Amino acid sequence: MSAKEAVERFIPDGSYLAIGGFGANRIPTAVLHEILRARRKDMAFLGHTSTHDFQLLCAGHCLDRVDAAYIVGLEARGLSANARRVVQSGEVELCEWTNHALSVRLSAAAAGLSYGLVRSMLGTDTFARSAAKVVTCPFTGKKYAALPALWPDVSVIHVHEADIFGNARIKGISIADLELARASKRLIITAERLVDNLAIRQDPDRTAIPYYLVDAVVHTPFGSYPGNMPYEYFSDEDHLREWLTAEKDPEEFARFLDKYIYQVADFNEYLQLCGGLDRLRELREMECLAD
Amino acid sequence: MSASYNMMEMMICAAARILQDGKTVAVGTGAPCAAAMLAQKTHAPNLVIAFEAGGLAPRLRKMPISVGDSRTFFQANCAAGMAEMMTTCARGMVDYAFLGGAQIDKYGNLNSTSVGDYNKPKVRFPGSGGANDFASLCWRTMIMTMHNRSRFVEKVEFLTSPGYLDGAGAREEAGLPPNTGPYKIITDLAILGFDPESKAMRVESVHPGVTLETVRENTGFELLEAPEITQTSPPQTDALEVLRREVDPEGYIIKRA
Repeated sequence: MSAKEAVERFIPDGSYLAIGGFGANRIPTAVLHEILRARRKDMAFLGHTSTHDFQLLCAGHCLDRVDAAYIVGLEARGLSANARRVVQSGEVELCEWTNHALSVRLSAAAAGLSYGLVRSMLGTDTFARSAAKVVTCPFTGKKYAALPALWPDVSVIHVHEADIFGNARIKGISIADLELARASKRLIITAERLVDNLAIRQDPDRTAIPYYLVDAVVHTPFGSYPGNMPYEYFSDEDHLREWLTAEKDPEEFARFLDKYIYQVADFNEYLQLCGGLDRLRELREMECLAD
Repeated sequence: MSASYNMMEMMICAAARILQDGKTVAVGTGAPCAAAMLAQKTHAPNLVIAFEAGGLAPRLRKMPISVGDSRTFFQANCAAGMAEMMTTCARGMVDYAFLGGAQIDKYGNLNSTSVGDYNKPKVRFPGSGGANDFASLCWRTMIMTMHNRSRFVEKVEFLTSPGYLDGAGAREEAGLPPNTGPYKIITDLAILGFDPESKAMRVESVHPGVTLETVRENTGFELLEAPEITQTSPPQTDALEVLRREVDPEGYIIKRA
């Protein structure tokens, strides 16, 4: 299935969307671009450390409510001027959480429970601006923060390898993606490589996400670009800096979005615009620390 | 021996010295990560560095840009998930956490969420990420920040990550794990700690060339004083060498000063 088709079939306006990976690492960029081109509106979003994914969804004005742990920033790179404009204008309704809290909310959903527990958040405004409640342990009397389970309507997770049924392998850290895959009502997998089902069966302990959780598989080489894909390619810091610079001036940013997203047919064309295979080879060398 | 250095180098070297060999530290990107790398390459080779997204005990050959990028688990002992890292903190297995923030108050509470009306903020910052979890669950929280009156405020406008909340006993009362909390604050002017009784911030050492008066002028609340206020040791020449050549050769962080 193509990224465009996956968005058409599984991500309607108003969906509660969650994205795998962390920051600009192992993100499903191709699907995010399609969401913008499809002009999706009124969506909700699960924002644990969300950097380029949140930046993209703000650029498309796709969101109206967000469960936030980390938004509007790109970690060590600085803050997104446009995402800040969107949030500061009140366009998006926010609910505060922490990264651990969001992964526990997903774990609870994945376990078929209506809530999960954490020992953090208590006593803070992060707690006060969340939907968490204080509960008392029936055995010890200890106080915990109870967190409502979270079942996203649809999630998109980028992985290293998958077969056509959706059995998927992830190399390196899994972040919250194992929980996310199991909590979501619909799941789109984008994969760097397609592998044969026999390869999965010969090494079944490497299957991080089994097929029965998956609704669509999109073969997307370099699919995390300009993000980092562990063991494959490093993030394109020059291109991300171009984003952060263009965002400072709204008119300039509109032209930038036209060039890189709205006037582009598909993800491959975007990769070509950004330097194509030559640039990707450089990023591969950076990832392997082959300097 | 000490050599010439800038304030960022001073802060990183001072922070690195606090980290002991064999301990575990949770870090984010930037100066805290540089301090942990420096400690590991100088006096604390067995310091275990942990990242919230799942990287545990990597060999940090290059400075990570993200707390989830592939460098955070380069040749690591374990590439796990966020739940694994955070529950490790919740079990009391992480000694130190390193945080920053836009505002800090006299009880070490941090604001990294917003300034102004929450629903239509004057300035929106990223929010907690994993910082609230680390500040809640790790034994000792360390904070690195620039020292001025707009950052050191009487009361933070949004309490993102807990310090001692509103004083002694408040963390325990709220339900946070006992005997955890902020430990040291390393700024460009001084190293600060907390009064054991009241849990209010106090000055413990001032950096060379800085007076106690300057520290007070740059703090928006009344600072306590440790029984003895010392002068912070300047960076040692060998530590500076390692910092410049091995930890941050491109000068991403140390050239910001």
